[in-house]
Amino acid sequence: MATTKKYWKSTAQLDDSNKMVKDLEQNEFASAIPTDEFLGNDQAMEESNTSRRDFLKYVGFSTAAASLAACEGPVIYSVPYVNQPEQIIPGMANYYATTIANGYDYASVLVKTREGRPIKIESNRDAAYRGHANARVHASVLSLYDNNRLKAPMIKGVESTWEELDQQVAAQLAQLNGKELVVLAQTYASPSMYKIIAQLKDTYTNVRVVTYDTISEDAALNAFEAKYGTRALADYDFTNAETIVSVGADFVGDWQGGGFDKGYAKSRVPKDGKMSHHIQYEANLTLSGANADRRYPVTPTEQKQIIAALYGKIVGGAINVSLSDKVAKSVEQTAISLKRAGNNGVLLCGVPDQAAQQLTIAINEALNSSIVDTALPIMTRQGNRKAVGQLVSDMNAGKVGAIFIAGVDPLYSYDDSDAFAKAIEKVALSVSFASSMNATAAKVDYVATTPHFLESWADTEIKKGYVFLTQPTINPIFKTRQLQESLLKWSGNEQSYKDFLKETTSATGASWNQSLQDGFYSTTASDVNVTVAEVREISNADALRALANAKKPSGYELTLYTKTGLGDGSMANNPWLQELPDPITRTTWDNYVTISQADADALGVVNENVANGALDGTHVLVTLDGVERKFPALIQPGQAAGTIGIALGYGQTASIQEEMQTGVNAYPFYKNGVAVQAVTVKDAGGNHQFACTQLQNTMMGRDIIRETDLTTYRTGNKDQFNPMPEVSLNHIETAVTSPDVDLWESFDRSVGHHFNMSIDLNACTGCGACVVACHAENNVPVVGKAEVRKSRDMHWLRIDRYYSSTDSFEADEAKKDGFDGLFGDNGSLGGFGELEIPADNPEVSFMPVMCQHCNHAPCETVCPVAASSHGRQGQNHMAYNRCVGTRYCANNCPYKVRRFNWFLYNGNDEFDYHMNNDLGRMVINPDVTVRSRGVMEKCSLCIQMTQMTILEAKKDGRMIKDGEFATACSNACSNGAITFGDINDKESEIFQVKQQDRMYHLLEEVGTEPNVMYQVKVRNI
Amino acid sequence: MTNRKLHFSAWQFLLAFVFVVLNSLSVYAQQDATTSDGEPAVPVDAVSGADAAKGEELFKANCASCHKLYKKQVGPALYGVSQKYEKEWLYKWIVNSAELIASGDARANAIYNEYNQSNMNAFPQLSTVDIDNILAYTDTEKPAAVVDVAGAEGTAVAGSGDNSVTNNIILGALALVLLLLVVLLIVVNKTLRRFAEANGIQTVFDEATEERTPIWKAFAQNQFLVLVTAIFLLLASAYFGYGALMSVGVDQGYAPVQPIHYSHRIHAGTSQIECKYCHSSARESKHSGIPSLNVCMNCHKSIAEVAETTYQEGIEEYGIDYNKEIEKLYAATGWDTDEQAFVGEEQPVRWVRIHNLPDLAYFNHAQHVTAGKIECQTCHGPVEEMEVMYQYSPLTMGWCINCHRETNVDLQGNGYYEKIHKELSEARGGRQLTIADLGGLECGKCHY
Repeated sequence: MATTKKYWKSTAQLDDSNKMVKDLEQNEFASAIPTDEFLGNDQAMEESNTSRRDFLKYVGFSTAAASLAACEGPVIYSVPYVNQPEQIIPGMANYYATTIANGYDYASVLVKTREGRPIKIESNRDAAYRGHANARVHASVLSLYDNNRLKAPMIKGVESTWEELDQQVAAQLAQLNGKELVVLAQTYASPSMYKIIAQLKDTYTNVRVVTYDTISEDAALNAFEAKYGTRALADYDFTNAETIVSVGADFVGDWQGGGFDKGYAKSRVPKDGKMSHHIQYEANLTLSGANADRRYPVTPTEQKQIIAALYGKIVGGAINVSLSDKVAKSVEQTAISLKRAGNNGVLLCGVPDQAAQQLTIAINEALNSSIVDTALPIMTRQGNRKAVGQLVSDMNAGKVGAIFIAGVDPLYSYDDSDAFAKAIEKVALSVSFASSMNATAAKVDYVATTPHFLESWADTEIKKGYVFLTQPTINPIFKTRQLQESLLKWSGNEQSYKDFLKETTSATGASWNQSLQDGFYSTTASDVNVTVAEVREISNADALRALANAKKPSGYELTLYTKTGLGDGSMANNPWLQELPDPITRTTWDNYVTISQADADALGVVNENVANGALDGTHVLVTLDGVERKFPALIQPGQAAGTIGIALGYGQTASIQEEMQTGVNAYPFYKNGVAVQAVTVKDAGGNHQFACTQLQNTMMGRDIIRETDLTTYRTGNKDQFNPMPEVSLNHIETAVTSPDVDLWESFDRSVGHHFNMSIDLNACTGCGACVVACHAENNVPVVGKAEVRKSRDMHWLRIDRYYSSTDSFEADEAKKDGFDGLFGDNGSLGGFGELEIPADNPEVSFMPVMCQHCNHAPCETVCPVAASSHGRQGQNHMAYNRCVGTRYCANNCPYKVRRFNWFLYNGNDEFDYHMNNDLGRMVINPDVTVRSRGVMEKCSLCIQMTQMTILEAKKDGRMIKDGEFATACSNACSNGAITFGDINDKESEIFQVKQQDRMYHLLEEVGTEPNVMYQVKVRNI
Repeated sequence: MTNRKLHFSAWQFLLAFVFVVLNSLSVYAQQDATTSDGEPAVPVDAVSGADAAKGEELFKANCASCHKLYKKQVGPALYGVSQKYEKEWLYKWIVNSAELIASGDARANAIYNEYNQSNMNAFPQLSTVDIDNILAYTDTEKPAAVVDVAGAEGTAVAGSGDNSVTNNIILGALALVLLLLVVLLIVVNKTLRRFAEANGIQTVFDEATEERTPIWKAFAQNQFLVLVTAIFLLLASAYFGYGALMSVGVDQGYAPVQPIHYSHRIHAGTSQIECKYCHSSARESKHSGIPSLNVCMNCHKSIAEVAETTYQEGIEEYGIDYNKEIEKLYAATGWDTDEQAFVGEEQPVRWVRIHNLPDLAYFNHAQHVTAGKIECQTCHGPVEEMEVMYQYSPLTMGWCINCHRETNVDLQGNGYYEKIHKELSEARGGRQLTIADLGGLECGKCHY
C-alpha cells in the first residue's frame, strides 16, 4: 500500500529556500565525484597497458607477497645496561617523591619510573600537606615528552650551545652600567631561590624581582598582606566544617591554586548523621556550585553586596543593599547558618576586590573560624600585578637594562601583550627561561632552555613551614639547564644547584636524604617574609561602603575562569588535558562563552544538537575597551542572568601543535589581572561545532544517581532513600537481587580475592583527576576533537554530569511518576520533553562511570568469539587479541562503558598526538597492551595493578593487607570517593562500605550484579 | 620386463654407492676431530727439591684469581719471579705483604704503588715449602708445547680448511663417477635393446604397450580409487597445511648469531654458575633480564683467557675463538687489561632477543621462578648444554595452557597461598590443585 507520509531527514528540509536541500533533492552527492579526472582522459586510458585483469593480478600478487613476508618474524634487539644502576630492576617500577611547582599547580607527588623513565604521577599520600595531585598534575608527565619542547638553548631563534649563551649573556650583563636587571618570574616560594636572588643582587647591585602570577590573586594577597604583614594566602581545612559559604569562590576547583577539595570531600560524607552545609553564590556554574547544597546564581556586583550584607549581619553595622528578595532572604538564612556553626563556619570570597577580601577576613575573624589558617598561610601565590604594570612603563622609559623572564609567558598571558612586546624591545638584554618556544621566548634574544620539573631540582615552600623538594626522575632529555643553575653561574657561583640546594636544606637542620625520600621537610627556620611595600589597608567602613554601593554595569558582567583541564594554559600542548571533558559542560578541546538561556534568547544565540547528537552553537562578539573577540557561545544552565563566563588558557599558538591550538585567547580581557569585567556582548551568528562527551543533560527522572536529603537519610529508613528495585515473581514483588528471579547460576567466588569498587557520590566533586590517571595508566588513546564529536572518545572512565530539570532531582522523579496519560498538563508526551530541559538553576550531580564488571555481564553472553569473559576475582576480562570487533558487547552493555577502536591511534599521522612520536610514546605503560584498530576496549579494574599486588605478596610469601589493592582511579582520588578492595577480606574497608545503607548498584533492576557500587548522594538541604 | 628390472637394480646400486661414500666421509670427519685434540703441557721441575705439580695445585687454589704466569692481570705476571726477588723477601711478601709494605721496604712499596695501592691478600696458611712449590711452578718455562699447540691450532684451522677443499674434490670426483655410471647405464641399455631387437624379442614388449591401457588412464577410470586418493590428498594437505600455518610465528629452535658469542654450555654447564646469578631479575621482575655487562665483569676482570682445553674445544668444535669473544666484552665495557681499569668508552651490546612473546601476552618470570618455584630448564630446555642459545619451547598459548592444566602447584611454605589452598582443596575434594584451579586459565590473567 502506498503511503503519503513524508519523512524528514533534518529540520533543514523544512526550509524550502535552503540551497543545499534543493541541490541534494536532485543529486545524490553534494558535489560531483571527480571521476573525470581519470576516466575522462580517453587517450591516457587507451595508451595504458594495464588492463583490468592486470590490475587484479597485481592485487593478487601483492596480497600473497605481503602474507608471505608476514610469516618471517622481525629480529628484535635487546640492549642491556653496561653498568646497571643498583636500584633498577628491568620490569620493576621505582617511585620517587618530588614536587610540581609550575606557577599554577603546586603539589607533592610520587613519580613512577620504569627503566629510568617517568610514566605516571601519583599523589604523595604521606606528604604533610598538598599530597594530592589534580588532573593537570597527573597529566604533567606527558608534557615531559612534549615534542615541541626546545632541545637546546636558543640565541636569536637559532639553536646554540650553553658556552656561547653564557659568554654572550655575561658580556651583555657586564655592560649594564648601573641599569636595572629585572627578574620577572612566577611565584617560586623557594628558600634556595631567595638565596640565589640575594647572590644575584650581590653581583649586579641593581636587581629587581617582579613576581607575576598568570592567574592573579592580587585582591586576596593585598588584603592578607595588609592584615597579616606577609604576602600569602590563608589556608583552609574544611574537614570539620559545618557551614561553608562561598561567594564567587570556586574552592572545589582551582580557586587560589586549589587543593582544598580533599578536606571538603571529607566534610561532605555524612558521619553520625552530620555533614557540612554548603551555600554557594556565583555567576558561572562552577564545580563548587555543582557540589553545593544550595546555589544562588548572582552577578559579580551582587556578590559584592552579599559580602557587605553578610558583614552587616555577622560583624554588625547597618547596611543597605539592593538585592532581590530571594537573594536577600537567602543571605539572611546564610548568616544565621554561619553564626550557628560558629567557629566551624567559614566564608570564602572569590570576588577580585580587596575590599571584599578584607571584609571576608573580618567576618571569619568574627566567627573565630577554625577552618581558616592564617598563621601558616599558603605561599604559592605572591604575584603583584601592579608591579608588572610598573615594569612595562619602566621598560618603555629605558630604565631596564636586562630582563630575565622565568616560568611565565607575558606575551601570551598579559592583558596588554602588545604593550609588553613593545616595551621588551627597549631592553638591551632579554632572556627567557622557557622550555618551549612560547610567545615570549620567540620574542626575546636569548632562550635559556629549561628542563621539565621531572628533570629538575627545586625546593618550594608551599605552606609556611613546609618545604617540598623537587628531584629529577630522569636525566635531562635535551640540552637544558634550569633557571637556578643559570642564575648561580651568572652570579659567578660555580657550585652546582644540587649542592646549593643540599646546603640550603641541611642548613635548616633537615636530613637531606630523608627529606628527598619523603618529598618534603618541615621547618620553623623559614623567616622569609615577602611583602610589597605599597599595599594599603582600607578601613572596614570604607570597604563596606564601597561594596554596598557597587553598581551593576550596563552590558554583561564577564567572569573569567580557568578550566580543570587546561588551567592557566601552560600545558596547552598536552593532548590528555585537551581531551579531558570540562566537568560542567562536558566539552572537550574548546573554550567558549557560557551564557544563560534567557540571555541567549535575548541575543539570538542558538545551541542545537545535530543529527548525530553533536552540539552546534552560534558565536557572540565580546568587547571590552575596544578589544573585540569572537567566541562560540554555549548555553549554560545555572549561569546567572546578565553574566557570561569565558575560560582562560586557550587560544595559544606559539609552539603549540596545530591540533592543540584550540579556543580563543581570553587573556586580553583579563585587565589588570581582575577576573571580573564589564563587557558588551553581541550575537555574531555563524556556526561552531562543539565536541561534547555527553549528549543528554538530564536524567529524565530515571533512577541513575540516587539522591536524598540529610533529614530523610537520618531516619535510617533505607526503603525510603535507597529502595531495592523489585520485580514480580508469581505476582509477588521480589527483590531483584534474589536468586529466585535470577536467570543465571552464580559462580562460587568465596575463595581467593573478589574485587569490588565503591564510589561515594557525596565525596566525588567531579574534578577529573581519575580520568587522566586512567589515561596514563592504561594507555588510553587520544582521539581528537572530530572523533569526540562523533562520540568516539576512548575514556575508560567518564564522569557523567546531570542537571535537574526542575529545582531538584527528586522533583524530577516526582514529576515523572506523576505523569497521567499522554496529553494534558500531566501528560507524558509533553512532560518528557520538559524533563529534557535543564532548569535555570539546576541541581547538579556527578557520577564516575567505568565498566561495572557485572557478575552477570550482558556483554559476555553476546560475544561470538568469547573475547569478553569473567574472572573469578570479579573482573570482566577483555582479550583484545581475541576480539574481532563485532561491537555486540557495546550494544548490549546497559552502562555504555565499552569503547571501540575505530582507528589505529598509535603511529598514525591522522592522530598526531603523543602516540605518534617516539618521544611521546615514552609515557606508555609497558604493562598494558596498546590496542589496535577494530577491537573493543574498556576498564579492566586495573588488573595489571591487582595482579602486581598479588605477585608481590606471593614473592614475599605473605597475606595481602587491606589497602594494598588499588586501581589508577582509586589512587588518583584523594577525596576518598573511590574505594577499592577485596570483599572476601571481611576486615577490609570495601567490605564495610558494601554494608552501608547508602550502597546501591547502578541500574540494579537490570540484574547485572555489578562489582562496582555507588553510595547514595546525600544533600544537606 | 627384463629391461625394467635392469633399471631398478642400477638405481639400487647407485643409492648404495652414494650411501657408502657418504658414510666414509663422516667417519673421516670424526677421525679428523679426534686426532687434533691437544694434550695439556706437563709441568717441569725447575727449582730442585720443590714439587712443581703441588705448586700448580696451590697456585690454582690461591693465586690464579689474580695472577697468571706469563701475563699481567690484577697482579703481575709471576713467571721468573723467583729470579727477580730473593726467597726470604718473597716469603715475607706472600705471607703478609701489608706488613712488609708497612715496614717501609722500598721494593714492596714500589710494587704497592705500581698496582694502585691495592694490597695483595695475606696467605699465612702457606708454609715456606708450599711457597717453594708455588715458585717452582711459576718458574715453569712457557712450554714450547703451548707454542706448538698454537701452531697446531693454526695448522688445524688450516687443516680444516684443507679438509673442506679435499672434501670438495672428493665430492666432485664422485659426481664425475656418478655421471659416468649414468652414461654407462644408458649405453648398456641401448646396447641391450639393440640385442633384443636383433634377436626379435622386442615383439613381446610392443604388444604389452599396445594392449594395455596406460596406468593413469586405468586409474582415472576407477572411480573408487580416485575418490580414495582425493580424500587422502585432501586430508594430507589439510594436515600439512594446518601444521604449516600453525608454525607461522612459532620460532622454536631460533638460534640467532649474537654480537658476542656467549656459551651457556661453559657458564651454566661446565662452570655450574646458577642461572639467576646473571639473570637475577628473574626472581623479582617480569623480565629475566639480559645481564648487564658489569655482571660479566664480576668474573671476567680476572678471566681474560679461557683454559687451553676450552680454547681448543672452542676452535675445533664451534669455530669460535673464546679469547677474542672475551676481548669483545672488554671493548664493550672499556676495560683495559694492561692498566686493569675501565678506561675506554662504554659501548652497550645489541643482543638479539631470542624469546619474543607478542605484546598482547603478559608473562612474568618472578611469578614462575619465585612464586611457582619452576626450574628455568622447564621452559628454556637444557641451557647448560647449549653452546648457542636457542628457543627450546614453542612459546605458544597452547603450550602455556597445557602446562597450567597439568602442573600441580607446590604451595607449601608460601604464606600467601595458605588460606586459598586450604579452601580450594576442600572445594575440590582434597585433590592436588593445578594452576587452572587457581584461575590460571582465565583470559585476563595474561592478556591486558
